Amino acid sequence: MKRELPLMIVLIFGTFMAFQYFVPHRISSDLYQEFNNWTIIIGIFAMVVGIGSLISLHYNRIKFKKPGWGYSTVTIVCLIGMMSIGLIGGTENDLFLKLYRHGLAPVTSTMFSLLAFFIASAAYRAFRARTILATLLLLAAVVVMLGRVPIGEILTGWLPRPLQFSEISNFLLYVPNTAAKRAIFIGVGLGVAAMSLKIILGIERTWLGGEGRK
Amino acid sequence: MRDFLEKMMLIDRRWIYLAIGLAVIIPAIKSFHVPVAVSPEVRKVYEFVDDAKPGEYIFLCFDYNPSTMAEMNPMAYAILNQAFNKDLKVILVTLDQFGAGMVEEIATRVAANHKKVLGEDYCFLGYRPYPAIVILAMGIDFRVPFPADYYGTPLDSMSVMQGIKNFYDVKGVIEITGGSTADFWIIYGNGRYDFPLALGLTGVMSADYYQYLQSGQIFGIIPGVKGAAEYETLVGFPGEGMAQMPYQVIAHIVILLFIIISNVAYFASRKKKGKLGGGV
Repeated sequence: MKRELPLMIVLIFGTFMAFQYFVPHRISSDLYQEFNNWTIIIGIFAMVVGIGSLISLHYNRIKFKKPGWGYSTVTIVCLIGMMSIGLIGGTENDLFLKLYRHGLAPVTSTMFSLLAFFIASAAYRAFRARTILATLLLLAAVVVMLGRVPIGEILTGWLPRPLQFSEISNFLLYVPNTAAKRAIFIGVGLGVAAMSLKIILGIERTWLGGEGRK
Repeated sequence: MRDFLEKMMLIDRRWIYLAIGLAVIIPAIKSFHVPVAVSPEVRKVYEFVDDAKPGEYIFLCFDYNPSTMAEMNPMAYAILNQAFNKDLKVILVTLDQFGAGMVEEIATRVAANHKKVLGEDYCFLGYRPYPAIVILAMGIDFRVPFPADYYGTPLDSMSVMQGIKNFYDVKGVIEITGGSTADFWIIYGNGRYDFPLALGLTGVMSADYYQYLQSGQIFGIIPGVKGAAEYETLVGFPGEGMAQMPYQVIAHIVILLFIIISNVAYFASRKKKGKLGGGV
């Protein structure tokens, strides 16, 4: 029963969700909305589990003074601090907003800004014309990069239009890139549909964990 | 010289970081103007908003957080300025958990500049988790996931939301995102409800979405800060996007120089190995 019940639930709800898409009736749409609300509620439980797991992981690191335990202290203090301020004063509370604007915003922006440095370093090492394929990658990357930024226009703006970086970049994006991406996405889409069908029909059971193994 | 080039092959990455760091300081000391050519995919978004008649509704979804605000904020400001300039009614939402504070700030600032009133000329629905479910629910009725706006005012009590039920009542949706919500808007928004959709994306993401432009699932893309600068040029509102262009130009020149040095060094070292009887 421990195994059959989840399989039954998945079969019923999976089948319903697949069919309701094609049934433009009010009852179908109401039920669909109701199930979506359930998903949100279940998701909130997952969030509680996630927070619990995060606290437990970092608490153990601090308790046993594992390497990097200082960062764990920062994580716990920030988590509890922001949560408490938000819960007590609300998200419009002045302190909460100040922490958001002058704490979270600069920190996350800084993290994203580091991408520029990593890209430069990665480009230096990866874009070497070692083989024919690597040369193709190098040329495509340089042309697309320059074609999407003003320096490309400055460098090749005087050339006939088909030879400008922006035009070659557009060709690369619209033709080879689109063709390859579309092929990959169609493959992924078919794979997802097949996997969903296998899960709904109970053929694929790994999602049940250890209990699902035959 | 060859020894120097060989050393360059194994250069410590921290020198590259330093070079980039120093390079981006240059425009801060002495800025310069960068001419920006407008691409067709950005022009389409501009024309879509520009063709709307005063009083028509536009749905703006700012699904990004402070990590990408340097790229996304200029787009958000430019589009919102254009929409308010055209006297369009605007519905704003965010599906990013850290987005609400930022969207509120942008909306309040731009609305004040154009003397637009919250609840009459625009509304900010706020944030709800689970983007796919929220988009699907908004397709039925905005009131399902958002019975009240960000400030707790019931949607039915706001004049701007009178007679506005779902996506079929707005001219189109413009999604500005630094994450995966663009996929949700394409699959669950455009795919299910078939409304016109345009995307504003970070520079690194944009190449992934050109396929949807060709298939007609989206009608325009604003790619990164360059796209934002293009949009600002079209709107006639030079802002942060244009201001960031010199930094981008300098950073790209440095990256390009490094790629050239890397390849020259690689070929020089290969030639030497070849002479010594080695191979690559």
